[in-house]
Amino acid sequence: MNHSPSDDSSIPVASRKIFVSLDTTARSRGSDKVAKQVESILNSQPELAATLVRNGSRGMFWLEPLLEINTPKGRVAYGPVKAEDVNDIINLHCFDDVIEHPLCLGLTEELPWFKSQQRLTFARVGIIDPIDVDDYISHGGFVGLTNAFAKTAQQIVDEVKESGLRGRGGAAFPTGIKWQTVLNEPEQQKYIVCNADEGDSGTFADRMLMEGDPLVLVEGMIIAGLSVGADQGYIYLRSEYPQAHDILNKAISNAKTAGYLGDNICGTEHNFHLEVRLGAGAYICGEETSLLESLEGKRGLVRAKPPLPAIEGLFGQPTVVNNVISLASVPYILSHGGDSYRDFGMGRSRGTLPIQLAGNIAQGGLVELAFGISLNELLQQYGNGCKSKRAMRSVQVGGPLGAYLPAEQWDTALDYEEFASIGAVLGHGGIVVFDDTVDMAAQARFAMEFCEVESCGKCTPCRIGAVRGVEVIDKILNNESDEQGRQDSVELLHDLCDTMEFGSLCAMGGMTPFPVRSALKYFPDDFLPQPSTQKAQ
Amino acid sequence: MTATNEQGLQQIATIIEQHQTLPGAMLPILHAIQNDLSFIPSNALPLIAKALNVSKAEVHGVISFYHHFRTEEPGAHVIEICRGESCQAMGSRALEENIKQNLSIDYHQTSKDRQYTLEPVYCLGNCACSPAIRIGDDIHGELDLQKFEQIIESLNTYSLELK
Repeated sequence: MNHSPSDDSSIPVASRKIFVSLDTTARSRGSDKVAKQVESILNSQPELAATLVRNGSRGMFWLEPLLEINTPKGRVAYGPVKAEDVNDIINLHCFDDVIEHPLCLGLTEELPWFKSQQRLTFARVGIIDPIDVDDYISHGGFVGLTNAFAKTAQQIVDEVKESGLRGRGGAAFPTGIKWQTVLNEPEQQKYIVCNADEGDSGTFADRMLMEGDPLVLVEGMIIAGLSVGADQGYIYLRSEYPQAHDILNKAISNAKTAGYLGDNICGTEHNFHLEVRLGAGAYICGEETSLLESLEGKRGLVRAKPPLPAIEGLFGQPTVVNNVISLASVPYILSHGGDSYRDFGMGRSRGTLPIQLAGNIAQGGLVELAFGISLNELLQQYGNGCKSKRAMRSVQVGGPLGAYLPAEQWDTALDYEEFASIGAVLGHGGIVVFDDTVDMAAQARFAMEFCEVESCGKCTPCRIGAVRGVEVIDKILNNESDEQGRQDSVELLHDLCDTMEFGSLCAMGGMTPFPVRSALKYFPDDFLPQPSTQKAQ
Repeated sequence: MTATNEQGLQQIATIIEQHQTLPGAMLPILHAIQNDLSFIPSNALPLIAKALNVSKAEVHGVISFYHHFRTEEPGAHVIEICRGESCQAMGSRALEENIKQNLSIDYHQTSKDRQYTLEPVYCLGNCACSPAIRIGDDIHGELDLQKFEQIIESLNTYSLELK
C-alpha cells in the first residue's frame, strides 16, 4: 500500500475522479447514499482535490452501488459499497495504486464479466458523465455525425443497409430499408420518432442507455434526420422511467447549447429539433402505430397497415419509427463503417445485441455481445445460475409475448432465425429466469391476463380472446370437470390461441399465444389437476 | 370524477395556455395537470376540449385509455407494485398480497387516512433487481415485506418533519 503520491505513477490532481452511478437500478440499491457520502468527504477534505462524477451503470447490477476511482492503470472498482465504506476506500486509496480492501474488485475493465463483452452501442455507458457534451466528444462522440455531414442522404442510408442492422425493438425489420422508404418519399415534413416505450418485463437496455449515454441516441436521431430529410424528432418515453426522462431532457438541452440541435446544426444548413414526449402507462403504445396515435394526442389504438408509418406516419407524414438501441447503434456504424458492424454476429443477425439478464438470476445485468452466443452460456457463465440457488426451470425470452423455454432448448444460439425456428422470439433481448418453484400454468394464465389489461380493444381476437383465455385456463386449473372435460378445455385453449394468433391486428393479441402454448407444450404437468397445497403461488 | 376549486382551475388554464400550440398537445397537457394537481379534475375536461377543439368525450376517452392518468385525488403517496414476469420470478405475487394486507387496501384504492394509494404497474425496468415498486419517483428493488415496512416508516418520518 503506497500512500505517497509517487510522481510518475499518480493521477494529476486536476483529473482525480470518483464515479458513482445514477442509474435507476444502482439508485434502487443505494447509490445516492454512497454519492452523498463521497461528496461530504470531498467537501471536508479539500486536499483530496477530487471530483464526483455520476455516471451510468456498467451493467453489473449485483455489484451496485459500484464506486470507481481513476488510477494510472485505469479505473479501480469497489462494490457493492455502502455509505459507511466510503471513507475507508477514499482515504486508503490516494488515487495512485490498487489497494487491498475487502470490497476492491480490481480494474473494472479487467473483470471477466465485463471484459468478455463486445460493447459497441454501450461503449460509453458507465464511463462518461451522461449529460456532458465535452465528455461525450472526448470518448468518440459525434464522429459518426461528422462523417454523415460529408455524405449524401443516400450514402448514409447505404451505410446503414451495409451494416445489416435490424430493428432492436423486437420486430427485427432491416433499419436501412425502413430509412430508404422514408427517403424515397417526396420532400415534405418528415419525422424521426424514437420508440422508448420499453414495456417488456425483463428489459432495461433502453433505460440504461438513456440514463448512461443519452447523447448517442441524440446523435443517432440527428443522423437519421439527415438521411431521410426530417428536421423534427420525438422520443416517446414511457412514464415509468422518471430518471431517464430527467437525464434525456438535460442532455438535449446541453446538446442544443453546444449547437448540435436546433437550426443550422454545427454551422451547416441542416436543422434538427428534438423533444421528449411521455407516454402514460399503456403497454400497447410500444407498438409503432399505437405510439403514433398517442403522440398525436389520441387513445393508443393500433392502426391497420398499410399504409406503413414510413409513408403515412405521424400526423400523416412519412416517419421513421425506430427503437432506442437501433438509433443508438447508428453513430458506431457511421464512425466505424457499416462493414465493421456487420463483421459481428451470425447468419442474418448482424452486429451486437444488448442482452438483459433478469428475474431469478444471481448476476443480473446487461451483456452486450455479438449474435450467436447460446442461452446456456449466458445463463451460467454470465448469470451464474438462479439467485435463489435453486435449479433453473424455465426462461422467458423477448418479454411478455415471448415463449417460455425449457432446459432442452437452452443450447439455442441468440439469432433471430434460430429463435424463430423453435417457435420463440428474441424480441428486445430480455431474458427472465424462473427457478423450479414456478407454476407454469399460472404464468400462462398471467399472459392472458396481461393481454386483457393491456389490449387496446380495437380488434376482437385480442380484446375478447384474452378474457376467454383467462376463463378457459381457470376452468382447466380448477378441475371442474372430468378428464375428458379437461382435455376439451385444453383443445379449446389451442383453438383460441389460433384465433388470436391469426386474427389479431398486431403482436399484442397475435403473440400472447406464444407464452401460453409454450407453457402447455413443455410444462404440461403444471396444468394437471393436483392438490392445491403443492402449487406454488 | 372529482372537481377542483377556483385556484385549481386557474392552474389548469395556465397549463393549457402553455401547451396548447404543441403538435399533439393532449398528453403533455394531461401530464402537466396531473403533475401539478395529482389528478385530472372533472371540470378540466371542458377547458381542454375547447382549447384543442375536440369534444369532452374525446378528452375523457384519452384519459380513460391510459393507466397512468387518474381522475380522483390519490393519497399522499402513490405506491406502484410491479406485476411483470421478472418480479413474479422473484416472489412478487406473494409480496403484492402482503402489501395489500399491510395497507388494508386493494389496487386502485386509497387508505382511509389518505396516506397511500396502491396501483399495479407493468415493469419499472428494474428487472435485474426484482421485485420492484415505485413510490413517487423513487424506485425500490429486491423488495420483501420487511424492507417495504422500513420504507413506509421512513415515508412517515419524512412527512412529519415537513409539518
